[in-house]
Amino acid sequence: MIHSLFLVNASGDIFLEKHWKSVVSRSVCDYFFEAQERATEPENVPPVIPTPHHYLISVLRHRIFFVAVIQSEVPPLFVIEFLHRVVDTFQDYFGVCTEAAIKDNVVVVYELLEEMLDNGFPLATESNILKELIKPPTILRTMVNTITGSTNVGEQLPTGQLSVVPWRRTGVKYTNNEAYFDVVEEIDAIIDKSGSTITAEIQGVIDACVKLTGMPDLTLSFMNPRLLDDVSFHPCVRFKRWEAERILSFIPPDGNFRLLSYHVSSQNLVAIPVYVKHNITFREGSSQGRFDLTLGPKQTMGKAVEAVLVSSQLPRGVLNANLNASQGTYTFDPVTKMLSWDVGKINPQKLPSLKGTMSLQAGASKPDENPTINIQLKIQQMAISGLKVNRLDMYGEKYKPFKGIKYMTKAGKFQVRT
Amino acid sequence: MSASSAFNDEKGGSSSVGEPEYGHDPASGGIFSSDYKRHDDLKEMLDSNKDSLKLEAMKRIVAMVARGKNASDLFPAVVKNVACKNIEVKKLVYVYLVRYAEEQQDLALLSISTFQRGLKDPNQLIRASALRVLSSIRVTIIVPIMMLAIKEAASDMSPYVRKTAAHAIPKLYSLDPEQKDQLIEVIEKLLADKTTLVAGSVVMAFEEVCPERIDLIHKNYRKLCNLLIDVEEWGQVVIINMLTRYARTQFLNPNINESLLEEGGEKTFYGSEEDEDEDDEDKDKKAEVATMAKRKPYVMDPDHRLLLRNTKPLLQSRNAAVVMAVAQLYFHLAPKAEVGVIAKALVRLLRSHSEVQYVVLQNVATMTIKRRGMFEPYLKSFYIRSTDPTQIKVLKLEVLTNLANETNISTILREFQTYIKSMDKDFVAATIQAIGRCATNIGEVRDTCLNGLVQLLSNRDELVVAESVVVIKKLLQMQPEKHSDIIKHMAKLIDNIQVPMARASILWLIGEYCEHVPKISPDVLRKMAKSFTNEEDIVKLQIINLAAKLYLTNSKQTKLLTQYVLNLAKYDQNYDIRDRARFIRQLIVPTEKSGALSKYAKKLFLALKPAPVLESPFKDRDHFQLGSLSHLLNAKAGGYQELPDWPEAAPDPSVRNVEVPEWTKCSSREKRKEKKVEKPFYSDSEGESGPTESADSESDSANGSESVSGSEVSGSGSESEESEEGSESEEEEEEEDEEKDKKKKKKELKKKPVQESESEQSSEEEEEERKHERKSKPRKSDSETESGDEEESESESSQSESDESESEAEVKKKKKAAQSKPPAKPVKTDGKKEKKEMSLLDLDDFEPAPSPQVTPVNSFLSSSLVTDLEGLSLSDSVLSPATIAPSSALKSYELLHRITGEGLSVEYCFSRQPFSPDANMVAVQIQFTNNATSDTKNLHMEDVKLQSGMRVKEFPEIELLPAGETTTAVMGIDFCDSTQAANFQLCTHTRKFFVSIQPPVGELMRPIFLTENEFKKEQGQLMGMNEITERLTLDVKCRNEHTIVQRVTTAANLSRVPCGSDKECSPPVPPPPPDHPVHRFAGRTVTSSSLVLVTVATKEEGAAQLTVNCEKMVIGTMLVKDILQALTQ
Repeated sequence: MIHSLFLVNASGDIFLEKHWKSVVSRSVCDYFFEAQERATEPENVPPVIPTPHHYLISVLRHRIFFVAVIQSEVPPLFVIEFLHRVVDTFQDYFGVCTEAAIKDNVVVVYELLEEMLDNGFPLATESNILKELIKPPTILRTMVNTITGSTNVGEQLPTGQLSVVPWRRTGVKYTNNEAYFDVVEEIDAIIDKSGSTITAEIQGVIDACVKLTGMPDLTLSFMNPRLLDDVSFHPCVRFKRWEAERILSFIPPDGNFRLLSYHVSSQNLVAIPVYVKHNITFREGSSQGRFDLTLGPKQTMGKAVEAVLVSSQLPRGVLNANLNASQGTYTFDPVTKMLSWDVGKINPQKLPSLKGTMSLQAGASKPDENPTINIQLKIQQMAISGLKVNRLDMYGEKYKPFKGIKYMTKAGKFQVRT
Repeated sequence: MSASSAFNDEKGGSSSVGEPEYGHDPASGGIFSSDYKRHDDLKEMLDSNKDSLKLEAMKRIVAMVARGKNASDLFPAVVKNVACKNIEVKKLVYVYLVRYAEEQQDLALLSISTFQRGLKDPNQLIRASALRVLSSIRVTIIVPIMMLAIKEAASDMSPYVRKTAAHAIPKLYSLDPEQKDQLIEVIEKLLADKTTLVAGSVVMAFEEVCPERIDLIHKNYRKLCNLLIDVEEWGQVVIINMLTRYARTQFLNPNINESLLEEGGEKTFYGSEEDEDEDDEDKDKKAEVATMAKRKPYVMDPDHRLLLRNTKPLLQSRNAAVVMAVAQLYFHLAPKAEVGVIAKALVRLLRSHSEVQYVVLQNVATMTIKRRGMFEPYLKSFYIRSTDPTQIKVLKLEVLTNLANETNISTILREFQTYIKSMDKDFVAATIQAIGRCATNIGEVRDTCLNGLVQLLSNRDELVVAESVVVIKKLLQMQPEKHSDIIKHMAKLIDNIQVPMARASILWLIGEYCEHVPKISPDVLRKMAKSFTNEEDIVKLQIINLAAKLYLTNSKQTKLLTQYVLNLAKYDQNYDIRDRARFIRQLIVPTEKSGALSKYAKKLFLALKPAPVLESPFKDRDHFQLGSLSHLLNAKAGGYQELPDWPEAAPDPSVRNVEVPEWTKCSSREKRKEKKVEKPFYSDSEGESGPTESADSESDSANGSESVSGSEVSGSGSESEESEEGSESEEEEEEEDEEKDKKKKKKELKKKPVQESESEQSSEEEEEERKHERKSKPRKSDSETESGDEEESESESSQSESDESESEAEVKKKKKAAQSKPPAKPVKTDGKKEKKEMSLLDLDDFEPAPSPQVTPVNSFLSSSLVTDLEGLSLSDSVLSPATIAPSSALKSYELLHRITGEGLSVEYCFSRQPFSPDANMVAVQIQFTNNATSDTKNLHMEDVKLQSGMRVKEFPEIELLPAGETTTAVMGIDFCDSTQAANFQLCTHTRKFFVSIQPPVGELMRPIFLTENEFKKEQGQLMGMNEITERLTLDVKCRNEHTIVQRVTTAANLSRVPCGSDKECSPPVPPPPPDHPVHRFAGRTVTSSSLVLVTVATKEEGAAQLTVNCEKMVIGTMLVKDILQALTQ
């Protein structure tokens, strides 16, 4: 399926190549570079590019293009999803997935790619299995390996590969047995000019960090599972149990993983945590524009709104912005015309505001577009949908684990149109 | 010497730095800048006998390979290390070999023998990796070797090796297509494999080698459907895509009566998901009514339904590719009313990475053309954010346009208005196009759109104006007569609009429709003639055009103007314009020479131009299988398999039948319909495939009775009707299948205990649940009334059943409480643990879990019932029909002879029931017979003398045993996993007898359920000292499977491990011929829960090998002796 993989950095150099079948010349990437040139922004490069003999399917992550070469029909999502899995694995192994990290660990990267695909077909993609096959590099291990000449490669076939729980490695041992769950919800919303909500939905995930000895069997139940409109599970979750009882029952993988992601769509359930009062005007004829923005908390259930960051792409005609922030700092990049304002925490007594003027290109006519305002924010200890974990139980092992659940609400794609 | 000194430097440098990888990292600079001396020292390092140096060298070479640098000159030096002991060096050498072998075929052959040796290695990892590399080396000479290796690996006992074999098939095929026929044989064999590990890979091989051999799938179709959920995600994608094609050739179009159901079908789309089941029911009814009226009713093939049902849960997968695969399957295969379920999942994918969005939106765009209703509820999910990449925006726009209809057009247009103000001009242009399309599709808004577009003409942006004019032009072309006012308006605009493209378009319009604006057009020409010299070229051309057209229609007024314009043009700087002027003059102004052409001038210029058609670029894309590369590119990609059309008449469905007795006889369609045997059978037959047991099926047993019906509901879709009546009959049917070799008489008897144990099992769980239910009761009851309806409709079919069992459980619980015999804590936890292990069995009912069935209260159960129960609890025969329950006759031992006991005779036997008060005890059933003439009173135990660690739970005192009567009691003894005797005194009201109970080793264990895979895994961990092997010759009477199993299970309380395929064999034994099966048994010691694994491998002429793996060596040795005796007698 996947013939070859090329890694292309931001400056257009191929810095790694791997072939699973016969070797494909790297000149095939020229078609990719062509398409890259045609697209103004890197994210506008089409993910699938046909060439006379091959097809190039690429994903862009961390400013690196992962370009897979395909020779015949294959579901494009299959390749895209796999490439993302590769990136996730690199991130898991090296902490970051940058060009430098890949180059530093080129041998591990190669070993990983070798295990992940056989003849272009995915072989082992579960991080638990891979980690048994190839130990992630740590400074300590690198030193030990150098001295003793031992290796990063596991000697045994990961038992998970064969067992009924392929996502969990066997023989896990911890002195402190802990299981942490983070319920993170993101609000995706579009607010129109007048402040009414055009669309709003909540995308939630439960990320888990489970460090438990042995083969624990966990069940997680919610106070209000009916909230969840659409869910997708980690393969470890027993689907039938969820269908029947709305309980998450699973044998967790070891370490970090995403247990579930869900979707709460009905609009009236989605509370919008902040409101924005804005007045952005350009007058015809004058080279000045007014910019006036005030933020305030809305439905936050008494929790503080933190880490607020406002950003907006101002029209091209704007030369500079001379603004005054009542709190936090703002920056304006005259090249990209990107205005960003780091607000921090919203104090309900004294609402943060950003006021001032924008200077426009002299003589240019007034821009007819209005910028949209993107907002990022965080609310700790609350899931905005009201989702609550009821309890977490463990079966199958005798010890008592330490359990922790954290809630957090963030703004996802939160836009205010002006 | 110089080389060696360099190498010394190397070494010195690396050890002093401590991090050689970083020091010599390729990224750190031009170390490898094609410096051949460097290669020399790499060779040197490879030749050294230190692994660390070799490793270092290999790492550097691999880094070169990774950067695309040529390292082929190192081949001879590298290939020597192929047999290196160090596993990492070996792996890196493999990496190198695979990369360069094709270029250096001769040298590559040197490595082959190493791999051939590797193929015989006892370690499955080494076997697999040897095959992997061997098959990856693209050297044509070794094709026969590869073929042989693949064939051998395909029957390897390790599923991992078999998986590797499946992977190797397409490799060999691409190297030498001549081998196709042989490879198909291997594929056929591997397709029959029952492990999930292999399924995905072999289907992939099938797709690459012989996708046209659809006949190979028949026999495996149902198995694949059932395994699907447990296959790894990548395999799922491949299997689903293949099954889509398969289904298209084998089943009838479910929408065959589409035209009739149009309205009904559409309506259901609007319904919320919760109503779906009901709707489906409705629809089914409607369908029935409709079809009854018309032609022969469409009945969905149960196999078709099976596929739909088993793929549906995968919509919840985290893998976008799997979701997409299911979505396309539903789109292509499901009845119209059911397709709606995929919309939600696809919309969810829109949150993913932008590449995923891109592909999903393309597919959604195609779907929205065919099935608009499906996505209508999610309209807002396609709203565009300013941060989306342009290509995503355009696709979303496409979807929005496709979704537009009379009801939602106003909201969509309002959205569009915002988009038009966007800074992204490409996107604005696309929006204008979209508005144009909405206007053409929906008559009501055409005028509004036109007006809006006309307003856009005053936009400052050239692109916007040009695009609007173009779109307006198209719209006007459809019905120009109605819109002369707009044309007039545009004529007025020409004074203000500066954008040349727009001016040109307006002029074209006026020229084209000059008869609709007869007064204005000459005036426009007049103005244009005035400004002609200052216009842009493109405008000038249109002015000439306009002049020509006016000249032809209204020559009286415009003759002079035209000539003026043409004269101006004649001297223009641009030769195009000069050319055009000359050309037009010749055409329209009649002269002597050009008379012939000018006659047709009117026809040339004023021909009716067809209105441009505004339609989606995604129209008709669905003839490509959705989700495929070909669909995305809208062009057939290499290797694309056409999605076949539905057949006119369904091919014979019986080809999918698998030879299972019972089964074949009801293969005809009618019979199947009456007797819904195959569904329940198959949906539960997962169990048959041992190692594929999944977490999902675990959950089944964990949640007890509910899941039986619950699982039914989960996938049922429109079937709820069926399953409602089905769920009960199913159970019966199920049993019939399972217990087919048992007599029907027993069935009545059996059924009751089964249900009981069912509820018992769940009772613990339920108890737990109830506990916190109580806690949260006020809230819950609230929400329940709210959500009650939903719940009901969802689980209607399961309701009644689970209710029943629940209440039963409740009763039991009360009973338990009344007994006030608090089941000791260890029981509970232990029970849980055990449950986890056993629960791999889908059929929880038959789990020999410690159920309090045989409490002392029950001890009066007649022994026949006890044995019946036992037969049930141990009948793993469910899983492999060949397994036989242990003989019902329990061996009893004498505790007290009637002579020494003065009339009282006592016998005991090991009932093999879990002893409920304490799971660590062995239950001993004691039978007292009073042969004396007088009654015996106060039978009880006293003065128990035990070895340290042992414990005894006494049987309750028997107050009266009348003469000639018999009674039984149960006691529990914890033997501490030893065969030491428990000594105690048996007291009557008159006398005391010293007695002792000594267990045979086989009774110190309890059976557990293991799959074959687990068994092998566990066995692998119990090697060496813990393994005892004995060769034996089987007793003549004991050469068939039945007796072997019977004898072993009689000798020891073990349960049979169902085998996936009997041909396989445990590692130390070479694969026996297929007619010599291997029997495996598993158990745990009662006290310490150590595993006891027994393997009996039969061979020619009654020879056999007995292997016992047990952590406790003493038990192992004794067990070997006992079983040996049992088998050889």
